[in-house]
Amino acid sequence: MVVAGLMAALCGCSGPLSTLDPSGPSAASIALLWWVMLAGAGVLFALVLTLFLLVVLRPGWGSRLPSSRWIVLGGLALPAVILLPLICYGLLAGERLLPLPGHSPPRIEAVARQWVWTFRYPDRGNVATTNVLHLPAGTPVDIDVSSEDVIHAFWVPRLAGKIDAVPGQVNHLRIQADTPGRYEGQCNEFCGVGHARMHFVVIVDRPADYPAALAAAAATTKAEP
Amino acid sequence: MSASVEQPPQGAPALRLHRQLVKIWATGPGWQRLAAVNHSVIGLRMVITSFVFFAIGGILGMLTRVQLATPNGDFMDAETYNQVFTMHGSMMLFLFAIPMVESFAVYLTPKILGTRDFAFPRLTAYGYWCYLLGGTILTVSLIARVAPDSGWFMYTPLSSNVYTPGVNADVWLLGVTFVEISALSLAMEIVVSVLKMRAPGMSLDRMPIFGWYILVTAMMMIVAFPPLILGSILLEIERAFGLPFFDPTRGGSALLWQHLFWLFGHPDVYIIFLPMAGALSTMIPVFANRPLVGYRAIVVAIIALAFLSFGIWVHHMFTVGIPHLALAFFSAGSAIVAVPTAVQFFAWLATLAHGKPRWDLPMLYIFGFFFVFTAGGLTGVMLAIVPFDWQAHDTYFIVAHMHYVVAGALAFPMMAGFYYWLPLLTGRTAAYRLAVPAFWLIFIGFNLTFFMMHLTGLLGMPRRVFTYNGDEGWDWLNLLSSVGSFVMTIGFGMAVIDIIVQLRFGRRVRRNPWNATTLEWAMPMPPAPYAFASIPRLGPGKEQAAPGQLALSLARGEGYLGFARNGWQETLGVHMTSGEPDQVIVLPQPTYLPLVTALFTGAAVLAMLFKLYLLSLAMALVTIGLFVLAGQRAGLGRDYGPLPIGHGASVPPHTEVASAPPWLALICVLVADGTLFTSLVFGTFYLWIAAPHWPANLAPEASRVLALGVIVALVIAAVAARGSLRATSAGARAQGWIGLAVIALLAAIAAAVGLIGSVTPHPHQHALGATAAALIGFVALHAGIGLLFLISNLLRIHAGFISPRRLTDLRLSRLWLDYTTVTGIIALGLVLALPALVATLGARP
Repeated sequence: MVVAGLMAALCGCSGPLSTLDPSGPSAASIALLWWVMLAGAGVLFALVLTLFLLVVLRPGWGSRLPSSRWIVLGGLALPAVILLPLICYGLLAGERLLPLPGHSPPRIEAVARQWVWTFRYPDRGNVATTNVLHLPAGTPVDIDVSSEDVIHAFWVPRLAGKIDAVPGQVNHLRIQADTPGRYEGQCNEFCGVGHARMHFVVIVDRPADYPAALAAAAATTKAEP
Repeated sequence: MSASVEQPPQGAPALRLHRQLVKIWATGPGWQRLAAVNHSVIGLRMVITSFVFFAIGGILGMLTRVQLATPNGDFMDAETYNQVFTMHGSMMLFLFAIPMVESFAVYLTPKILGTRDFAFPRLTAYGYWCYLLGGTILTVSLIARVAPDSGWFMYTPLSSNVYTPGVNADVWLLGVTFVEISALSLAMEIVVSVLKMRAPGMSLDRMPIFGWYILVTAMMMIVAFPPLILGSILLEIERAFGLPFFDPTRGGSALLWQHLFWLFGHPDVYIIFLPMAGALSTMIPVFANRPLVGYRAIVVAIIALAFLSFGIWVHHMFTVGIPHLALAFFSAGSAIVAVPTAVQFFAWLATLAHGKPRWDLPMLYIFGFFFVFTAGGLTGVMLAIVPFDWQAHDTYFIVAHMHYVVAGALAFPMMAGFYYWLPLLTGRTAAYRLAVPAFWLIFIGFNLTFFMMHLTGLLGMPRRVFTYNGDEGWDWLNLLSSVGSFVMTIGFGMAVIDIIVQLRFGRRVRRNPWNATTLEWAMPMPPAPYAFASIPRLGPGKEQAAPGQLALSLARGEGYLGFARNGWQETLGVHMTSGEPDQVIVLPQPTYLPLVTALFTGAAVLAMLFKLYLLSLAMALVTIGLFVLAGQRAGLGRDYGPLPIGHGASVPPHTEVASAPPWLALICVLVADGTLFTSLVFGTFYLWIAAPHWPANLAPEASRVLALGVIVALVIAAVAARGSLRATSAGARAQGWIGLAVIALLAAIAAAVGLIGSVTPHPHQHALGATAAALIGFVALHAGIGLLFLISNLLRIHAGFISPRRLTDLRLSRLWLDYTTVTGIIALGLVLALPALVATLGARP
């Protein structure tokens, strides 16, 4: 675990699909969660392995502690101390990321089919783009994800976690990109022979440029049916 | 543990007793090996077979690593890669992991519990043949390039016939179900055997911890497999006959499959882990030179683990879009499951801390287990935290986690177990020249391969992609993983060579080389077919006598049943909790029947695969006929009364007691079947509540008259079965009652078939009709099986196997018909309530 942290730090964690190179509040909060858990897991891993090596290589070392104490401390107290705060932290972090009703940001429909993504913009005259998603920077957007055939999953790792595209139902994902630029997204649920190539591009524009960029992209999509 | 030898030797010198017992128990040479039913023989075959599938699965894994070593690899195309990774997962889970842990259970459990064999040796053999044939079908499909290609969890609708039209998915559904039925039958046999067949005096609270682990695991299997078996049956019905259960365009739900699959899939992880933890709990005290610390805490922990593992299946589904309260519940549950695991870990550490540990080869693998499983457990807790799972789900992080958990739980303890128990099997010890470097190659290769995958996943690589572009930053991680996989494979190759060398050239050892305290070391090495020449008596308070000394006294016939009688394969049945002997169990001799039955079962599966449905039905009927035939030879042809078992004690044979193994076995069957039925009811409700495309104006209707007719007929059959039991125990003729029950069941089946025909909407059109048809079909099928029970009763009354003292057969029929009636009333009640329920649900959002 510690080695993982070091190596991740060395390689900079960057990459077009890296969850550790976040560019939106959702991905950033999950990346922070990861680093916190990694630190905790590293300590626990070292603890268990050190105990194992000590009790095997230094006979008698652990015999001063009564055996029932071993089980109560290690088996009950240790997990309680670690798991309870972790569960609470995880639940709170998750709750903040959910697209809760009440606040209703702009919506974009993401429709998956083997092996194409179609994005529709109901707030923008219902124009559509294929395999390119246009987002305005700095604004939360709700993506309504659905599928026309098998199960796919919508995932832009640098912006947020994923949500499945399930035929017959619509799932919602709240997503926000902090800075304009080009991001990559991909299908994350195995969906047949084309799964590996079911990518899409996310173009984040400055809010001022957004309507024009989207209109231009939608026109290109229409031109190539 | 110790034997209290209460009497002087009973005469027969060890060698003469050995010859007499071998004559009775041994499997014949040559072709007669195919008739083997002995647990030692079958257990060994299962170990070897599952290891062969491990090798095949491992080679498939290597192929994926070759393909992914570099970006844009053209070693395989997407179609081939999909078959390879699907089969890698399916083989490792269904053909290696589960059978491997079962083979440990089959080979070791009777020996550790101090009995001579399992309760149903022919079922052991049938289970093995089914496993071998099912595994062979899957392997051949790979060679024929029509292997399953929808991933090892076969998500619908990708695996439905619209998106996977070929035979590929059918191979998975039929082949895996075939193997599962074998696993399920072995699980029932293990439960009955652990509960009823132990050394006298071994009460449940003094049972070796291994027995507890195996008992809990087998009970979990009985409850875990039915949901997947039901899912596979429903999906195969959808694929073959067009009934929509998982098709969202016709009222089915794609997610129903995921619920049924993970309802099996999550407990399955613990089904793999627990027997191996049992092996660890057996080995660690031996190497710590002291008894296990926290026996009771561990028993409580594994029972808690068993229950918790059924409550957390949704953590495989955090991204499918479920209510956030459910997310919170399953997240907390998934994290809490770490507690019973931690209890076991610290009990092991405490055992080592309070003992005088010695370092030997199995300890090296136990170290590997601690290292790998701890890492896998910690990433498991991370994944239980929902937001993190949203990022990590279905990436290589999951691949890494899963391999750390499964390999940690299975591969490392398995290798430790091999080295620990091989001397028992061969009478030789390892040479260790190759074993130590082999371990380090496996350990380093494993970590190199799978550790990198955590990072690959965090950098965004999804699982199940056959290639990548090379600009994602994954190149060097993938290359290191691939190199590591080759290092690991070389390590496993060396370990195999080492084990073969040990079989051939290992130094011969005397009894009990590890100085262990469990009973499997109180027997000749390698074990004789009868296992114990006589069965030890365990006295209270004498836990620590050496099995080596005990072995000599047992070989001289100084325990129970230290003689040969009537050429019977005898062993003792005990009271479930106290462990006091209450019956002599007479086991069946070697027979080809299990092989023949398995071949016909396989023929039914193959015919189904090639869409020859009539042939398949015919083969299934032959299989059923063979089961009835097998029942004809069971038991004893006359009343014996109490039989002497040695030490002045006498107990009746199993045919003349109430708690005979078949009775318990039927209870296990009904628990499994009840789970299947509950899953079907759950599926029905789930579709009504959650599936899309349910128009409110649907007007389902089934004939009330026919439904009531089925229920009345079932009640009559159940009452008639009681009549037959009462008549027989009073010494009167029961045939009239049984005839009445047969007529009632035939009427019930006819009415049920008519009812299926009257279901609207037509089962092809909508899931509403399909679920109604499935519920009624369930009732008809059980009434049909009830007929088999009754036919068998008539035949066996005629052949003299049933008497006022030998009533087990009739009690089995009564229990089955009671169960059929109860489930029938629930199922038909549900079908009749459909209109009202759907009208209510018509208002759903």
